[in-house]
Formats: sequence, structure tokens, C-alpha cells
Amino acid sequence: MSVIGKYFIFLGSLFGKGEKLSVYWRRFIEECVGIGVSSIFIVAIVSTFIGAVSCIQTAYNLVSPIIPVSTVALIVRDMQLLELAPTITCIVLAGKVGSNIASELGTMRISEQIDALEVMGINSSSYLVLPKVLAAMFTFPMLVIFAAFLGIFVGYLAGTLTGVITEKDYMEGIRDSFVPYNIFFMCVKPFVFGFLIATISSFQGFYTSGGALEVGKASTGAVTNSCISVLIADYLLAQLLL
Amino acid sequence: MIEITDIKKAFNGKEVLKGITSTFEKGKTNIIIGGSGTGKSVLLKCMIGLVQPDSGSVLYNGRDFYRSDKETQQSIRREMGVLFQGGALFDSKTVEENVRFPLDMLTDQSNSEKQDRVAFCLQRVGLEAAAKRMPSEISGGMKKRVGIARAIVMNPKYLFCDEPNSGLDPLTSVKIDELIKEITEEYEITTIIITHDMNSVLEIGENIIFLYQGDKLWEGKKTDITKTTVPELQEFLFSNKLLREMDR
Repeated sequence: MSVIGKYFIFLGSLFGKGEKLSVYWRRFIEECVGIGVSSIFIVAIVSTFIGAVSCIQTAYNLVSPIIPVSTVALIVRDMQLLELAPTITCIVLAGKVGSNIASELGTMRISEQIDALEVMGINSSSYLVLPKVLAAMFTFPMLVIFAAFLGIFVGYLAGTLTGVITEKDYMEGIRDSFVPYNIFFMCVKPFVFGFLIATISSFQGFYTSGGALEVGKASTGAVTNSCISVLIADYLLAQLLL
Repeated sequence: MIEITDIKKAFNGKEVLKGITSTFEKGKTNIIIGGSGTGKSVLLKCMIGLVQPDSGSVLYNGRDFYRSDKETQQSIRREMGVLFQGGALFDSKTVEENVRFPLDMLTDQSNSEKQDRVAFCLQRVGLEAAAKRMPSEISGGMKKRVGIARAIVMNPKYLFCDEPNSGLDPLTSVKIDELIKEITEEYEITTIIITHDMNSVLEIGENIIFLYQGDKLWEGKKTDITKTTVPELQEFLFSNKLLREMDR
């Protein structure tokens, strides 16, 4: 419980007396590049294979004369929009971005860089962490939209190239019973997950003490706790918003 | 001038500082010495506001740091320059950006004013040629000098140095000591150095404090230190066998 309390105090400190707006803007852009742009490659790889596999495996499980083939595309679309693109992408990002944030802040802590900021009278948590949190909340939805698009597109390629579904059936399936609200739901998830991953990882890194071993532990803790919180939040959002 | 009164600090019930009182005068190089684990660094952290003491006060020209409002604390902090043990340079910034950082964050100076000030500070520590290099590309001694340049860039009234010679060869150590001494005298700064390097004590120490197990056991001038009758200080000073024999 004391850790949870400390986490909320830490969140409060992010919004304490801050620095000039121009400083935050510069830091925000840097973090968008560090967190968002540098994650495009891994997101593309993961969503490509998930899209292909989800199409082929759905087709494999739907061999029935009473189910139209276009249902494969419908399932691929809804799986991508509702679960695979937002949740799996964010679990991957929890590993990549979460460990990066925790190790960066942990190293800054043990090498006294955070102390140096505090001695200068700079709100170190706000200066270092707030831009990361905002950048994660801003770039994660974009990465998820990219992942969903790529997943559905690669599902189409995999389905048509292997002959499990025709182009006409796939196009028909992804348009069938489309609920625009699902797009909104898909974008809400990474917004929340981005906040959780960035704050939990920052918290782990910010309060690291000791040496290299503790930085490693903070990094592992950041990934583990971020993944657990993403999965819990995934369930809660599904309950609340669907 | 900095006055500390009855500073006490304990961690998990273990007393690390047992009521330290002292005065550090303006324009002087004050040195705090003692073995490892005697509370030197904790005392320094209590003075610069990184660790809150359990009791006691730290006065900066009469302003009590821990009993001041946040704005006063902020203004006192802006009068401090701190050289950390490892330099604490920001890895992602060049030498020049590291030195410029406090100006960017804490002042509204124009770009040219900042550039001039950074160039002056780098030149003062003899590192103008290394301005564009990253911290990972420079030596330990250079990192310390960049740390000093960053510490003085805001024209501090108080300079704190945590083991400025650790990990440096004797020649570089002497250069760093001389630089700190020159800066202290040139800008009339109140300088406090934490060290266990006796060379520094004898080279630049003006007011010396000896800590032992969280207590202040001795305070005085460098000319008196070798005449001490405090057994713990004698043991500390003459830990080297050769020096012990020379003393006899």
C-alpha cells in the first residue's frame, strides 16, 4: 500500500511548480521522437505478423458451409480494432518504452544527475517525467492506429496470397457490420495504457537507489508492472466502455 | 557565510550525524574530512537541501534554508553551485549544453549572453576546445572541470564540492584543487569541499573540519592539523606508515 501511496504522490509531483512552457515543448518533441518514432519499426513487425496469423488461423477455424468466408475478414477487423492492435501493441511498447524509461531515469538517479537538477531548484520529476507521459499518451494512439491498419492490410495480403479468402470476400467482410464506436474504443485504450506505462516505468526508475543491479531490477519491475496494469486496465475499459 | 547548527540525521534509527555545528566563511575554502561512512556526504546533502536533517538549521547569510518558504529556498538554491562526485553531467547533452543548462532553465538571458557566459566559464576551466564533445568522450578530470564550469555558470555565492579528486591522478587532483581555490578567491565564494584526500587539505584547506562517526571531533587551520592531539584525527592523518615514521 505504501508503494501505491508513493506512486500517487509521485504523480502529484509531476504537476507541481514547473519550468518555462518552451522547455516542456522542446522536451515533449524529443520524447515523441524517442518514444513514438523510434517504436514504429517494432510495432510494424509485430502488427504485420499478428495480422497475417490472425487471418490464416481464423480461416482455419471457420471451415463451415453455413458461415460466409467474408466472416474471416470481419473477425480479423474486430480482433485488430478491439484487442490485438491496442493491447498487444501496448504490451510490446511496455517492454520497449517501459524498460527504456526506467533504465534512463534509474541511471540518472544513481549518477546524481537527478540530484543535480534538484539542487538547481528544478522540479526534476516534472521536467524529466511529464514530457515522457504526455509523449506516450500522444504517440501510443497513433502507433495503435498504424498497427491496426497494418494488421488488417497484412491480413488481406496473407488471406488472398494463400487463397484462404478472395479479395472480394475480404473487402466485403471488413465493411460488414462496422461499428464506428470501435475506432473510438481502440484509441481510448492506448491513451490510458500510455499513461500507465510511462508513469509506472518512470516511478520505478525515479526511485532507484544503489547501482547497476538496481537499475536492472527497476527496468524489469517497470516492464512487469506495466504489463500487469495494462491487462487490468484492458479488462476495466472493456467493462466500462463496451 | 553558511552557518550550520546542531545538524542531526539518522537513517533507520542509526545516527549518521550527531549534532554538527560550524561556520563557513565567505571567500574561504572550507574542507570537511573524515573516513568513509563518517557522514561527510550526508552533511553536504543536508546543507544543499537534498536530505532534510532531523533537527538543526542551515543558515545562508542569515536565511534559514529549512524554515524558509519555497520561494526563498528556490532563491538560495540559485545561489548554489554543486560539483558532484562523478560530475553528474547530463549524458545526452554536449559539454557546452551541460554548462548552458542552468542558464536555459533559470534565466531569461538572450542567446548571445548565454553563449558568452558559457564560453567564459569553459575558458575559465580550460575546456573551450571540448565544448562540442559529449561527456562520454572526455576524461574523468575533464568531467570534473565541466562540473565546475556548470557550478559557476550562475555566479554562485556558495560552492559545494563532493570529493572533487576522487578517481583522479595526483597531478590532475592538484589542478582541480587549484582551480577551486582560484575560483573561490576570485569570486569571493563560500566553498565547502568534502574529501579524504590529505593533499587537498594541505594544498587549499583554510578551515578544516574532521568528522568521526557522525561527530565533529576537530576544527581548525591546516597549519594546526598536524599538531593535533585528537587520536582519531592522528590515526586518519598518519594512516600511511611512511608518514607515521616521518612524524616521529
